[in-house]
Amino acid sequence: MTTKMFGAKVPRVEDQRFLRGQGRYVDDLLTDDPRLLHSAVLRSPHAHARIVDIDVSGVLDVEGVVAVWTYDDLTGAMAEPLPLLIPHPTLTHGRTQYALAKDEVNYVGEAIAFVVAVDRYVAEDAVSRIRVDYEYLEPVVGIAAARAAERTVHDDVPDNVGARMVQENGDARAAIAKAPHSLTLDLDVERSACTPMEGRGTVARWDPDTSRLTVWSSTQTSTGVRGCVAAKLGLDLAKVDVVTPDVGGGFGVKINHPWPEELLVPLAAMTLGRPVKFTEDRREHFISSAHERAQQHHVEVGFDDEGRLLGLNVEFWHDHGAYTPYGLIVPIITSTQLLGPYKPQNYRVAFESLYTNTVIVTPYRGAGRPQGCFVMERTMDAIAAYLGKDRTDVRSANFIQPDEFPYEHGLVFQDGRELTYDSGDYPASLAKLKELVGWDEFEDFRAEMAAQGRRVGIGLACYVEGTGVGPYEGAHVHIETSGKVKVATGLTTQGQGHQTAFAQIVADTLGVRFEDVEITTGDTRRMPYAVGTFASRAAVMSGSAIHLAALRAKEKALRIAAEALEASEDDLEIADGVVSVRGTDASIDLGTVAVLSNPLRYAFDEASKAATQFSVGDPGKPPVAEDDEPGLEGKDFYSPPRSTFANGMHAVIVETDPDTAEIRILKYAVVHDCGHLINPMIVEGQIHGGVAQGVGGALYERMAYDESGQLLNASFMDFLMP
Amino acid sequence: MTTEQLHDVRLHVNGSVHEVQVPARRLLSDALRHDCGLTGTHVGCEHGVCGACTVLVDGTPMRSCLMLAVSAVDAEITTVEGLTEDDGSLSPVQQAFSDCHGLQCGFCTPGFLTTITAGLRETPDPTEDEAREMISGNLCRCTGYQNIVKSVLRASEIQRGQA
Repeated sequence: MTTKMFGAKVPRVEDQRFLRGQGRYVDDLLTDDPRLLHSAVLRSPHAHARIVDIDVSGVLDVEGVVAVWTYDDLTGAMAEPLPLLIPHPTLTHGRTQYALAKDEVNYVGEAIAFVVAVDRYVAEDAVSRIRVDYEYLEPVVGIAAARAAERTVHDDVPDNVGARMVQENGDARAAIAKAPHSLTLDLDVERSACTPMEGRGTVARWDPDTSRLTVWSSTQTSTGVRGCVAAKLGLDLAKVDVVTPDVGGGFGVKINHPWPEELLVPLAAMTLGRPVKFTEDRREHFISSAHERAQQHHVEVGFDDEGRLLGLNVEFWHDHGAYTPYGLIVPIITSTQLLGPYKPQNYRVAFESLYTNTVIVTPYRGAGRPQGCFVMERTMDAIAAYLGKDRTDVRSANFIQPDEFPYEHGLVFQDGRELTYDSGDYPASLAKLKELVGWDEFEDFRAEMAAQGRRVGIGLACYVEGTGVGPYEGAHVHIETSGKVKVATGLTTQGQGHQTAFAQIVADTLGVRFEDVEITTGDTRRMPYAVGTFASRAAVMSGSAIHLAALRAKEKALRIAAEALEASEDDLEIADGVVSVRGTDASIDLGTVAVLSNPLRYAFDEASKAATQFSVGDPGKPPVAEDDEPGLEGKDFYSPPRSTFANGMHAVIVETDPDTAEIRILKYAVVHDCGHLINPMIVEGQIHGGVAQGVGGALYERMAYDESGQLLNASFMDFLMP
Repeated sequence: MTTEQLHDVRLHVNGSVHEVQVPARRLLSDALRHDCGLTGTHVGCEHGVCGACTVLVDGTPMRSCLMLAVSAVDAEITTVEGLTEDDGSLSPVQQAFSDCHGLQCGFCTPGFLTTITAGLRETPDPTEDEAREMISGNLCRCTGYQNIVKSVLRASEIQRGQA
């Protein structure tokens, strides 16, 4: 009998290669290819400057240098700005950079020249010999400077505003004016960044024998990169394969694409006829890969004696850096997910997305949600303090109740669809959380600690997390004649254990051994239709697609097996890769079913002889029926009408030392409504990691730009990451 | 431009000898990865903070990004590839990471494995605080460290069970 895998703490299959040092990350690829070339990028040392002249004459004299590119060497689509990935009608002044800067640089770290050489050391030597004349321009750094607009980032964006957006449900301002109580709050959130342990990296190889380009990139979307590479290099999509190898963490930064190097590396590989690699170093990651989080909020809230929200009006200013390749996704998520598990009655949110002379801002884990959550939860705390009420009571008074789902907020979410929550039981979660952290006993604990001269505090925060964002994901399931099951889904993996969790789904759905299932992610050769891994969407989207595809394969297996066993499909069951007729000894291996699914002229082994033309089939019928196809495969896509909404609550008890400002976490409690857990071990691991990143963001991390736009803490010595 | 002078370097890694020709400035991490083909050692920061590139040099954990290959000539180097048992099975530390879900993306993992392997030689039966101290020089962005601390304690258990 097959054990149920869904819901089990199955050890991860990927661990074997990672623990033995056999993972294959992008910088590990082609290391034994003597023809491999390496690259380095000249990056702007200034936050804002015009490029007067670039002199590369000293570069090619460096022994081992093969080629150098500047903007003037780019042609066709490569000479056009990088794509604006997610346009929005309110993004009236969207701007994107060029693969190599044209005339102007707008942040420290912007790519100016690209050098290819025999190794990275030589490529960096060459970069240091490029001479650039700059006309220095005063930079715009920080939200205050962007709003003041005494200077502008882009000449044609006069007030530094890329987008202004307003969403309103009801009449928030009127409701606040009439409310018995009202408060205003001003809240700031600082910059931080994903900072995966592996930076960005790309390798490309042009194969002149087949006229095909293969690109390996440390990305969260191989199909996205493929589309951009083909469009920018003027190649037919069919000539480009993008493969995502093992990825050393993403957390959002690798969903943005194409990074300049993701285009320059393939361009160089095609031009030079040799494979080329780019591996970002840590300083480059700090200054030229995306940041997030910085926002300023102004909140006006009206409420009644119970702390119930009557009207909420939030205005905020979002620092999107120098360009807007990822559109308005981050501030849209802030503006909608700010609501959390609450019903504000009347809600208005208005934001401006602002240009600054700093590196671009694209999603970092949560993608705007942490800011919204912070603002709403501070508001809840402020209301509780004002009314002298328990903070959990104020939250409870505002919860959407379990019988109110689906709950429509009357707003549009980041996927362009209605913000409609599908499910949740917030009162039950809060009760669990209070018990876990010891909320009701805290005052006693505080007194006990105070008696020892120690200062402790307690806090909580609630959130709702939009996930399962569309448009779709797909899967292909192939049962081979060996009985082994090969599964491909297009989205990528960067540590979530997809090879394990998805195999658990397949093992259960098909009735095969977990060990016989092999999952491939992020390889456009295997699944060219996909979106990417972001917004905690992989389990919902690809997990569902894989389930559907496995069902299709199973349906076909049962049909063929029923014929072979001369039984009704209804009487068949599949377990451990064997189809059997319930209550009898009659059975057939799935591998044999796969043999029978593919009528053959030529046998290739003993088993396949059974499918050759003189062995099987009704001579009066076509070997493959009109509505059928050869092979035991299933393919399907999952495309839900809108996102789904998970939720959770955290509470923490900390001890503070007023002399040293040190904060110690004494107790941390999480209640997260995940729905059905595929692999609880993996889920818990994801939550541990999320909490640590949240603690880091709250207490330690800050990207410290000075007024000239220099990032002062661009190293792990100075950027305090837990 | 003058040609960069190359040095013949004999590296002893995981019990094998690798004869490589490298410039004096070549980092040990790069030599291991690109010249010896041992890509299990990862480079996360190249300034000695993240610990991903940690290898054992004569049994002591060292940042291979802060060492030159030419300076490692007489040393016995152990990388993550050299941690498995002779029969190919996982070492106690490797096994513990698998048991406790002590890794997610796997990029920082080799540095943790080498560090803890050496740490448990010095402190075979660590307390939780000592386990935390043992890994305090390594960065991981995925796990939040909870399961890595558990892995240290579990590795100690496995190891002592074997002894």
